[in-house]
Amino acid sequence: MTISGFTPGPALLGGVLIGLAAVLLMRLNGRIAGASGILNGAIARTTDGRAWRWAFLLGAVAAGALFHVATGEPHTARSGFPLPVLIMAGFLVGFGTRVGSGCTSGHGVCGVARLSVRSIVATLVFLFAGIGVASLLGAAGWFA
Amino acid sequence: MNAATGRVLAGLAAGLLFGLGLSVSRMVDPDKVLAFLNVAGPWDPSLALVMLAATVVATVGYRFALRDKPLFDETLHLPTRSDIDAQLLTGSAVFGLGWGLAGYCPGPAVAALGGGGEEPVYFLVALVAGSLVASPFAHRRHTHVG
Repeated sequence: MTISGFTPGPALLGGVLIGLAAVLLMRLNGRIAGASGILNGAIARTTDGRAWRWAFLLGAVAAGALFHVATGEPHTARSGFPLPVLIMAGFLVGFGTRVGSGCTSGHGVCGVARLSVRSIVATLVFLFAGIGVASLLGAAGWFA
Repeated sequence: MNAATGRVLAGLAAGLLFGLGLSVSRMVDPDKVLAFLNVAGPWDPSLALVMLAATVVATVGYRFALRDKPLFDETLHLPTRSDIDAQLLTGSAVFGLGWGLAGYCPGPAVAALGGGGEEPVYFLVALVAGSLVASPFAHRRHTHVG
């Protein structure tokens, strides 16, 4: 296997920042920093506090915008990705994270950090499903 | 500062850190995510290192954060379920399928909204639709961890 495009420095720094975000939100609000849970809670009609969830989402968008402006680079060089596939992927991610109670941040980072067996299992399942699909498509030349 | 204001500011600060981490690590780029998930081609291990670093920091930080009640709330809001049920397994598998298809998961898609491209907009609208359709099949929301 050829290793290509590995950026250990930014990956390490970015990961530390994500971990700090999780610790901060737990220490101050007592909440899990899971993007899908926060998103679902923000749009739910009845919930115990939507304001901090919208603030979190706004902060994440603002950080993405600030980084984009500061570097002058687009977030991705990808163009022409088929819209129906993108929409299907979004639907599956929304459906799956709702039924499975979490995503990469909630289960993958926060849940694993709490040593939750549910989150560890969920993380293994979505990692292997993601690797399976992407590798099948990759082997078929889809991403080329 | 009252607790409600504190919660909002804490949410904002955590969101900023979260989005900055995803931007710095380039996890907002779905091609970089797919370069990790696709093991059939040249492989980029960056995503694994991002998750490892985030999890190590969270594991250490939680040792302190989970000790007391939070600064701006009366209790910690932690998921209480511990059983491995069908929803957890099928939901996570469906999520993984969607993730491997386009390279976006919820956090990076939100942060990528700030990048100005169209992809995150379409993706997030579809994500919300999927979540709404799924709600009858899901547990009550308080079990959700993110």
